[in-house]
Amino acid sequence: MSTNLPSTLLEAKAVAKHFGGVKALRDVSLTIRRGEIYGLIGPNGAGKTTFFNCMTGLYVPDGGAFTFDGAPLVADAPQHAAARGIARTFQNIRLFGNMTALENVMVGRHVRTRAGVIGAMLNTSATRAEEAAIRQRAIDLLHYVRIEDRADDLAKNLSYGDQRRLEIARALATEPKLLCLDEPAAGMNATETEELRELIEGIRHDGTTILLIEHDVKLVMGLCDRVAVLDYGALVIEDVPAVVQKDQRVIEAYLGA
Amino acid sequence: MDIFLQQIINGLVQGSIYALVALGYTMVYGIMGLINFAHGEVVMIGTLVTITVAGSLINAGMPVLFAGLAGLGVSVLICMALGWGLERIAYRPLRNAPRLTPLITAIGMSIVLQNLAMMIWGRNYLTFPPLLPKINFELAGAHFTAIQVFIVVVSGATMAGLLALIYRTKLGMAMRATAQNPAVASLMGVNINRVIAAAFVIGSALGALAGVMVGTYYEIAHYQMGFMLGLKAFTAAVLGGIGNLAGAMLGGVLLGIIEALGAGYIGDLTGGFLGSHYQDIFAFIVLIVVLMFKPSGLFGEKTGDRA
Amino acid sequence: MNKWFNPRSAFGVTLIAVALLGLPFVAAMGGQAWVRILDFAILYVFLALGLNIVVGYAGLLDLGYIAFYAVGAYTWALLASPHFGLHLPIWVILPIGAALACIAGVLLGSPTLKLRGDYLAIVTLGFGEIVRIFMNNLNAPVNITNGPQGITLIDPVAFGDFKFSGNTQLFGLTLSGPMKYYYLLVALAILVVIINLRLQNSRIGRAWQAIREDEIAAKAVGINTRNIKLLAFAMGASFGGIAGGVFAAMQGFVSPESFSLMESIMILAMVVLGGMGHIPGVILGAVLLSILPEALRYGVGPIQMALFGKMMVDPESLRMLVFGLALVLVMRFKPAGLWPSPERKRELGEKQAEGKA
Repeated sequence: MSTNLPSTLLEAKAVAKHFGGVKALRDVSLTIRRGEIYGLIGPNGAGKTTFFNCMTGLYVPDGGAFTFDGAPLVADAPQHAAARGIARTFQNIRLFGNMTALENVMVGRHVRTRAGVIGAMLNTSATRAEEAAIRQRAIDLLHYVRIEDRADDLAKNLSYGDQRRLEIARALATEPKLLCLDEPAAGMNATETEELRELIEGIRHDGTTILLIEHDVKLVMGLCDRVAVLDYGALVIEDVPAVVQKDQRVIEAYLGA
Repeated sequence: MDIFLQQIINGLVQGSIYALVALGYTMVYGIMGLINFAHGEVVMIGTLVTITVAGSLINAGMPVLFAGLAGLGVSVLICMALGWGLERIAYRPLRNAPRLTPLITAIGMSIVLQNLAMMIWGRNYLTFPPLLPKINFELAGAHFTAIQVFIVVVSGATMAGLLALIYRTKLGMAMRATAQNPAVASLMGVNINRVIAAAFVIGSALGALAGVMVGTYYEIAHYQMGFMLGLKAFTAAVLGGIGNLAGAMLGGVLLGIIEALGAGYIGDLTGGFLGSHYQDIFAFIVLIVVLMFKPSGLFGEKTGDRA
Repeated sequence: MNKWFNPRSAFGVTLIAVALLGLPFVAAMGGQAWVRILDFAILYVFLALGLNIVVGYAGLLDLGYIAFYAVGAYTWALLASPHFGLHLPIWVILPIGAALACIAGVLLGSPTLKLRGDYLAIVTLGFGEIVRIFMNNLNAPVNITNGPQGITLIDPVAFGDFKFSGNTQLFGLTLSGPMKYYYLLVALAILVVIINLRLQNSRIGRAWQAIREDEIAAKAVGINTRNIKLLAFAMGASFGGIAGGVFAAMQGFVSPESFSLMESIMILAMVVLGGMGHIPGVILGAVLLSILPEALRYGVGPIQMALFGKMMVDPESLRMLVFGLALVLVMRFKPAGLWPSPERKRELGEKQAEGKA
């Protein structure tokens, strides 16, 4: 991380999205700073995942705009978001089930590598070198999330916790500036959640900004530098956990429930 | 102008037949996501059985009306049994198989049925016995026959009956529930096996009826007739939005009319470069164009990506 | 792979090479017709491996594959026959055929590849029919394809003065036309096997498999799914175009009849019945399904004569009946194909266990 970079990594300005008559997002504006762990919480159906999908290009927002890394983020297709440096995991894990764990991470290198069909068919030295680099990086990432011993297992045969880790490794393979985790602790027991907390802190420590969408309030409050709360598609508050926890509106909307 | 009206009438008749066959495809697809490639052969067998039954009864001196009804009845029953057997023997064991496996089975069954039919009825064209009197009508310069009226009226009535069955009876509700979500439907006490079998049996009965209509209309039949007919009908089902009953009916009628108009006007449109033997490409060109703009067919449900 | 036989070992390679080299001489003992059957088996291996890229790797259900084969075949037929009086050499025609097939693939694919599986299947099927109908009818008012009669007297494959038709004496051996084509086709097939293998474990190959597994997740890691799918489609089409060219040259005759929907379905059946996405399986599927109907052609009649002393049923329909039944039975008892990749086999085992639970 360099100190001359502007401190804002992602800025959302008045982002709106509706499905038919349902307003899933009402002019949500928020700012994620470089190097922080930013939490996004809210009750079920508050619009967290919709926000996420708008940002990563899966949905096209009906209003508002995103600025990412100093330039407008034209969220028209997910692959562009990945190329810009936004990686994500999914609430209901989406791995390439019939590919090995290693291959899953190798796919994650796609957007940062260039070998084409011709190179592959001719098996050129450049292609072979790139392929070796992809493999090595993928192995390193499996080590990083500590599932290296499952490298050759099919992704769908991994345990739930390992699948979560694999999905994070795959996302990291795209060299993201912003890593978005959609409810990574869902369905995890206390030990697994604690291990996940350590992993997320480690990733931030190594220089990747993290956006965390979570239901587990304890995890979010303990882990995040700042937290935003969504309710009925609108932003309630965006502040440090200590302030958010005491906010009356948040308690009513979410914590008090 | 009279050509226009004439082609609309011809298209409506052909389209009614497509619609009946398309329903068989769409019901099975809607419930189990399978393209039953053998459905066209069921229609063919319906036609050929009618020829044998009605033809021999007429030769035996029975009244034509009786022979026709008996032929229709026997062929509907045989096709229902055939549809049931297909599902039970060929498709049911493959419920948990990879997606393309039942498709290859369907193709295999299609080959089997075609060649069985060739062994039984031979490789020559067969003449369909005249079951309806040849009466001609004229309306605003367009000609049509009693047979055409019969086809449109009977298929209309049949489709209305099917809609009533699907939306008014318990079996229909079970079928709709299974199409939505088989796992939940079975938790609610729906017998999935029965529902799927019912879809095959009903679809085959409609196919047999369509087969009799094709025979009456064109007056000839052949063991290979089911293939192209099935293909067109499936196209119609996709055009309307596969899995959607009303879509299959409208898609069928629409396809028939487009084909008829296309065949009638293609010569004028291309300055004589392309003739009416290009009729068969209209179905596919329309299909490709429609799907480019409406990826789930004209009346299909939109299935968006979900994260 | 079996433990005692590894095709990558020197011994394995030698064994395969000797078998491939000797095979046409063995087949020739039964007559040149059998060598021709072998030729077609290898041609189908080539076609099936081309389709395997589209269906097996990228998971796109293509029922109009034969259209690209037809484009290649007619390209050769028109550029190397008395029909237009053109006799271009192979290194001109074959690339043109592949390129035209590739363009056809892109033209069909770019508007339609966003369609879901079965919709794509019917659109490709329709495209195949459109191509066939045009070939059947483009004989008037301007005679381009010569309509249903087809184009005859097509030039054979030739490198300089070395023609692939007719007999050649080589090292004291007499090589017939079909035998020479056999070696050409084997060389092409080996090439396509190598390409399949290399693509399978490449950046693009992984992207195809990722799309097959989960398109949304593939997009999320930055794969441009539209372009990558189009690439699979275009590659498969190019292989089809090359195979078509060789087919036209080998037969010396093309007509629309050879490019029916049934042919598309047959090639798909080879891929699925053998074991989708698994190269040895696809090869096995192609060889079996191309030889089985021919073997039945020679077997069904005599067996009937031996059993009943007369022809009970038309041998032609009986052989197709047996063929159809074989498809149904293999799918019933080997739903993942005769020789699936180890991963798929495991997957299916679990699925069935779930189904029973």
